[in-house]
Amino acid sequence: MTGETSALQLVLTGDPGLYAIVGLSLLVSLSAVLCAALIGVPFGALLALTRFPGRAGVIVVLNALMGLPPVVAGLAIYLLLSRSGPLGSLGLLFTPQAMIIAQTLLVTPIIAALTRQTVEDLWAEYRDELAALDVGPIGRVATLVWDARFSLVTALLAGFGRAAAEVGAIIIVGGNIDGFTRTMTTAIALETSKGDLPLAIGLGLVLIAIIILINALAWGARRAGERYAG
Amino acid sequence: MLTQFNRRLLIAAAIGGAIAAGAPALAQDKSIVVASTTSTQDSGLFEYLLPLVKAKTGITVKVISQGTGQALDTGRRGDADVVFVHAKSAEEKFLAEGQGVKRYPVMYNDFVLIGPKSDPAGIKGMKDVGKALTAIMDKKADFISRGDKSGTHVAELALWKASGIDIEAAKGPWYKSIGQGMGAALNTAGAGNAYVLSDRGTWIHYKNKDQLAVLVEGDKRMFNQYGVMLVNPEKHPTVKKDLGQAFIDYLISPEGQKAIANYKINGEQLFYPNAEDRGA
Repeated sequence: MTGETSALQLVLTGDPGLYAIVGLSLLVSLSAVLCAALIGVPFGALLALTRFPGRAGVIVVLNALMGLPPVVAGLAIYLLLSRSGPLGSLGLLFTPQAMIIAQTLLVTPIIAALTRQTVEDLWAEYRDELAALDVGPIGRVATLVWDARFSLVTALLAGFGRAAAEVGAIIIVGGNIDGFTRTMTTAIALETSKGDLPLAIGLGLVLIAIIILINALAWGARRAGERYAG
Repeated sequence: MLTQFNRRLLIAAAIGGAIAAGAPALAQDKSIVVASTTSTQDSGLFEYLLPLVKAKTGITVKVISQGTGQALDTGRRGDADVVFVHAKSAEEKFLAEGQGVKRYPVMYNDFVLIGPKSDPAGIKGMKDVGKALTAIMDKKADFISRGDKSGTHVAELALWKASGIDIEAAKGPWYKSIGQGMGAALNTAGAGNAYVLSDRGTWIHYKNKDQLAVLVEGDKRMFNQYGVMLVNPEKHPTVKKDLGQAFIDYLISPEGQKAIANYKINGEQLFYPNAEDRGA
């Protein structure tokens, strides 16, 4: 991408560089949300339904981790994946996979914490019924998560919003390599540092438009799903 | 129930898809990681040069753009194959630690002292950078320091010292250390009518000049040499030494040197090749 062109031109002319950047942004953030959901939803639901000593502490820490600074998450993953770090032999530093791992770390607490709250509220409603039917713990988790599925979409969207918006973690572990680990947010940071503020703000508007589009799709899917289920 | 089965299939397909999409990146093609400076990136040099490297050698160069200090640290951790930076003293320390194999001079340009056109310290046109810095300090005119151990930051500290100023003792609220890259430092200087030291390449390519202008240039002490080193494969076995050396060989070859000289913006040359000058 050259600075002489505006972001609008890049969109209208179908600039392959821009589309690759948008594609990578979506691939990384959506993969991170998927991984985080696979970990966070069962964990949050389990936490909602079980009682053990120190549970309150776990909930407080989990809620606090929703505010984990991306740059700290990035640094932790960087040290882990660096060739001098414990997982250095995997050679994952400065790859899209490293970016997915870092964003998964950021998104999992959000999805887990919101799932816990949602499922716990639902549990209050269903408790007597499930107890009467003598449903086991795994069955309870499955039932409640399934019944809360439309509310959990909001938890996933909150996680996606976090992932798509952050730059601090992925710029450290991805390295902002042109054509390989450059995403919308790291490209915006780079264009800002080149002093090409119009292109940077244009890319920012493109990013916001994409996030709105994803949210609209999720909302539509939820409505359709509710109608189908209802 | 069929829907239950379909749902599982869908989830499995989604996970498989996510992994498969990431897989091409895992395939270790002919690529190397080069830790370099913000100035080579912000000046647009790599955007121009890397396609030529790829065409000639078939090597895909992945550039991590950091300050010189951080780029050398990336090399020290074994996370880069080649470092391409501009602070000779720091590079020689890197070699002395056994982290690098050999240092090759590649090219040079110079630093320029940038400031607001209103020039509150009255330094415009001075030939002696020491006098200019002294005037800025005396007037307590705002000065933006990179503050990030980059090559430009190291050069700035050396210029204060060469001007007989102990900046650690002399600095006040007028001296703002921002800890960011060259472009960000220029943005900050532009927004606050402050002075700032920049490499010429980044300055020429910089698009938000507005009220900023070159006020002092041409002092011999503002020379800016770039060097390239292969990270020592004996210390870091994962270093791709053949590909890394091939990249270095291209940079210092007559063809690579000519390509660097040909990088111009509005007819203005940004970097001057000098690989043949072994002492540089």
